[in-house]
Amino acid sequence: MRLEAKNVFFRYGKKEPWVLENVSLQLEQGECLALLAPSGCGKTTLAMLLSGYLQPMQGEILLDGMPLRKKGLCPVQMIFQHPENAVNPYWRMKKVLEECGEIQENLLNVLGIERAWLDRYPRELSGGELQRFCVARALMSGAEFLVCDEISTMLDVISQAQIWNAVLDEAKKRNLGILAITHNRHLARRIASRVYELPGRDF
Amino acid sequence: MKRMNRRTKALAVSIAAAVVFLLIYLLGILIPDNAVASGFLQAKLPPSWEHPFGTDALGRDLLMRTLKGLSVSMTIGIAASGLSAVIAACIGIVAASGSRRADAFISWLIDLVMGIPHTVLIILISFSLGRGLKGLLVGVMATHWCSMARLIRGEVLQLRNRQYVTMSRRLGKTECWILVHHLLPHLLPQFFVGIVLMFPHAILHEASISFLGFGLPPEQPAIGIILAESMRYISVGMWWPAVFPGLMLVLLVLLLDRLGDNLRIVLDPYSAQE
Amino acid sequence: MEQKRDTLLELHDLSVSFRMYDSALKQTELQMISDLHLTVYPGEVVAVAGASGSGKSLMASAVLGLLPPNATVRGHMHYCGRELTPEMQKELRGGEIALVPQSVSYLDPLMRVGKQVDGHKKDSSPGKRRGLFQRFGLPERTEKLYPFQLSGGMARRVLVSTALMSDARLIIADEPTPGMSLEQAMEGLQMFRELANEGKAVLLITHDIDLAFEFADRVAVFYVGTTVEIAPASDFRAGPDALRHPYSKALWKALPQNGFVPIKGTQPYAGDIPKGCLFAPRCPWADEQCRACVPFVRDLRGGEVRCFHAT
Repeated sequence: MRLEAKNVFFRYGKKEPWVLENVSLQLEQGECLALLAPSGCGKTTLAMLLSGYLQPMQGEILLDGMPLRKKGLCPVQMIFQHPENAVNPYWRMKKVLEECGEIQENLLNVLGIERAWLDRYPRELSGGELQRFCVARALMSGAEFLVCDEISTMLDVISQAQIWNAVLDEAKKRNLGILAITHNRHLARRIASRVYELPGRDF
Repeated sequence: MKRMNRRTKALAVSIAAAVVFLLIYLLGILIPDNAVASGFLQAKLPPSWEHPFGTDALGRDLLMRTLKGLSVSMTIGIAASGLSAVIAACIGIVAASGSRRADAFISWLIDLVMGIPHTVLIILISFSLGRGLKGLLVGVMATHWCSMARLIRGEVLQLRNRQYVTMSRRLGKTECWILVHHLLPHLLPQFFVGIVLMFPHAILHEASISFLGFGLPPEQPAIGIILAESMRYISVGMWWPAVFPGLMLVLLVLLLDRLGDNLRIVLDPYSAQE
Repeated sequence: MEQKRDTLLELHDLSVSFRMYDSALKQTELQMISDLHLTVYPGEVVAVAGASGSGKSLMASAVLGLLPPNATVRGHMHYCGRELTPEMQKELRGGEIALVPQSVSYLDPLMRVGKQVDGHKKDSSPGKRRGLFQRFGLPERTEKLYPFQLSGGMARRVLVSTALMSDARLIIADEPTPGMSLEQAMEGLQMFRELANEGKAVLLITHDIDLAFEFADRVAVFYVGTTVEIAPASDFRAGPDALRHPYSKALWKALPQNGFVPIKGTQPYAGDIPKGCLFAPRCPWADEQCRACVPFVRDLRGGEVRCFHAT
């Protein structure tokens, strides 16, 4: 399988400036591609396009040559930078995970999620702990590609290493394609087989 | 004694208010009709131990009439605000999750209904439906849903764009599933508080419409009727038929207001931080 | 008479706890910071490292007096040798002590950026601000924008500029770098360095510890709301053998450029912190003593460490 962006253009309104102009990239299954780019050049926008949260104005997002399905489970799942926004604050963590079906015990072990956390509410967990749940949820959904948008930027280095090691292990086991968006060169070099740099610009 | 924390206090106040409220309601229902029978021998008596609120021009005990009146008002209040809130919730959700055109129409309708003074609208509806209980109910119901519908619409619009909701959609959940699991639990506390806060409004409107003579028929022991009758005698120095029932009405409304405010504290999970 | 260097900010046995509801009605005290200590001298950059929830931002709020009303602060905070009282905090805030806040939500959404950066000083000329913007690579028209038009990285640079505009003697920067490119982050930290060289002090709270090592004089490592180690930044540059506390070593080894090997486990929840040394459950050196009582802070090889076994 292959996820690809073909000559994608995007802007947030008819009068707004282009956020992405003529961007193309390809990601194979089983590969980890790091996207290295400074802020303000549309990294998050690109991530949202690739995982179907947004539709490109021109160009296409193709999965195996076909456009992404609009309804049903999307095989490309995105993990966000701020996990606290990505979980329902009124739900216990167990319910957050169960949104993707039965909880996979081995994933909890791999990600270092303690059983006691399942009964807590999001506000009782730290960012690093919440992000583990978001990763677990994305993996449990059965996605074939993960788009990770700065998922460890707000975390301490130990959590960062723990989460990335778990993600890479699982990706190898399940033959997933990973797009890691980051501004950290060292991290990009460490985790990715290929590094792609988006040209930096402020608007 | 240990000082109560804010949530315990709020819960205690809510329960106390609800109990008082229930008590008045039950008393009004349980009081037999002969307790408010007329008797010309004891007409126009000022307040005494036997008749704490005094008696009216027909010799009916005012305390009993007030309790019965309040109970009737509450029935109307509960029915009207409950139904009104359901309408509000449905309309709000449809506006926020339906097509853009439906939203535009509903927003326009809300503005329209809110633009007309409530009292005038209730009088018109009640009058055209032949006064009485039915007219009043429909009148109050048809006028009180707007502000809550607007609130719910805004809330749903906001919730629908939260990251965890958009994410839920990408995880293959249907709009219906999202509504039930993500949106409704968020709206529920607001909905209940909305009902309770709408309640005193409904009661006041009922009383004022009956007072003006467009609501309940004069034989009903409604607060509005009692107050309207009392106006005739106030110039001859009979102050008690106006003061006591009026005070009771104000007390009831204040009580409900407190109940609503305290419920908000109890139901709001974020007050857990304080 | 030559005195020992005067401290600018001194925190001593600082504890912060929150009153919270754990179930519907029961309230409990949640201890977020316990026996934290830290000193900042004029002319230095002190970096604070640690996981989220280790009390870094909370310490900043405590120093500035910005804690919510359900928080209780115990212990001592001194500024220039004087006890920090709420009145004093109010006076110093935004004047002698400036904060670079963590999120964009601290900007007024209805005010143009340029005006916010200038602040309410009457005599300010736009020259200094333009200079700062230029060094940060912010285009000239940024000053005319509203906060919602800024990207995450731009907003950070604006926030840093705001603090640099003031004549503060102590700048507390809470996560100033995420979202910035490496070059921008380096530029920002370089500016902090220059400020420190002018005799001011910077308290730099950050996750990007590899950058912090390069610009800071000393690094304080926090764990579950307490200081486990304070070391010269050069020790962090030198590697794990120069470091004292096992947690600091673990941080170093988890960096992508240094092996990317994390230790197991996570920081305990503030609700159930262990009885003895807070790090004991994850520590390779932990023994009975560690599990029974909290180690004292002691001086070691030019730094401070809170560990029985560190050498």
